[in-house]
Amino acid sequence: MDKIGGIWVYLTASPLLWLMLTLVVYLAGQWLFRRSGGRALFNPVALAIALLAALLLLTGTPYSTYFAGAQFIHFLLGPATVALAIPLYQHRNRVRQLLLPISVGLLAGSITAILSAIGLAWLLGGSSRTLLSLAPKSVTTPVAMGIAEKIGGLPSLTAVMVILTGVVGAVAAPALLGWLRIWDEAVQGLAIGVAAHGIGTARALQISGMAGAFAGMAIGLNALLTALLAPLIVQWLHLTPNGLP
Amino acid sequence: MGNYAMIGALTVLLAFQLVGEILVQISGLPAPGPVIGMVLLLLALYWRGALPDALRTVAETLLSHLSLLFIPAGVGIIQHGARLAEEWLAIIVALALSTLITVAVTALAMQAVIRRQPGSQRDG
Repeated sequence: MDKIGGIWVYLTASPLLWLMLTLVVYLAGQWLFRRSGGRALFNPVALAIALLAALLLLTGTPYSTYFAGAQFIHFLLGPATVALAIPLYQHRNRVRQLLLPISVGLLAGSITAILSAIGLAWLLGGSSRTLLSLAPKSVTTPVAMGIAEKIGGLPSLTAVMVILTGVVGAVAAPALLGWLRIWDEAVQGLAIGVAAHGIGTARALQISGMAGAFAGMAIGLNALLTALLAPLIVQWLHLTPNGLP
Repeated sequence: MGNYAMIGALTVLLAFQLVGEILVQISGLPAPGPVIGMVLLLLALYWRGALPDALRTVAETLLSHLSLLFIPAGVGIIQHGARLAEEWLAIIVALALSTLITVAVTALAMQAVIRRQPGSQRDG
């Protein structure tokens, strides 16, 4: 028994176990997702995060130990972002046709995302630290963390909010767009990408390559725009980590 | 073709990311390196006028598992138990509503401009 305990202690502290478990949980989530006929309520990312978080808490494993293994997956976010140029190139004619609608949708969406997040959390009594961490929630993780740091939010809290935002968008956006009678896949993709970044884009890619291309484009453009707008809006609202004046 | 082409394609993606990171460091742009790398790769593809098969395959593989790549950051939720316990209602409601409002506003704004564009009633 002692020997098994020893092996367990060794494994929970090693990067290998957590890297493998992240993959296993993801694959299991995908399998469940397909088995349930693609029901969006079983968002595979949300399921995987909940399971891994529960496992870490149960075994008393610190996040830093988990991340030592999972960082190899996290690292691929960079090259995957670069790879978004490929669907964009494949749909370049449609993009050129829609340059003005894309610009207007993007600007409206970016401002709405920042203001509505701050405003709603303020109405519900959130602390100013929380408001500042929420402001860049629709932007892809690494950029959102950078913005949060700049405006006085908590970067690691922002990372969590970004993921939750993506899950909400991936689960609810397709139904909402159907209800609004938006059938143009370019519009669907851009809206999902602006509001729900990469996790939304993963969902948009399931709708079609066209929707995925526009969602991917929205990730990059909204990252740029929010990086410029969020500090200005926060300044305009006189919002600081210590509270509203 | 073969295995070298795949490694080559992966190297291309990493190289563009690297150039993006360097440009951000030099210029102080507010955008992240990978986003700049994406723009540069798009320009390079335009300039080349063709998409290599291996690059398309590697990109499609990576992007079809995009959601996997967000799991490690998401598990970071365990570091914020106290704040979430205190402010979970404000956080969850604001986050969910704001996301839905953003989807609707973006889609309706873009759709409205498309409808005004002469000769572009090609959606549906």
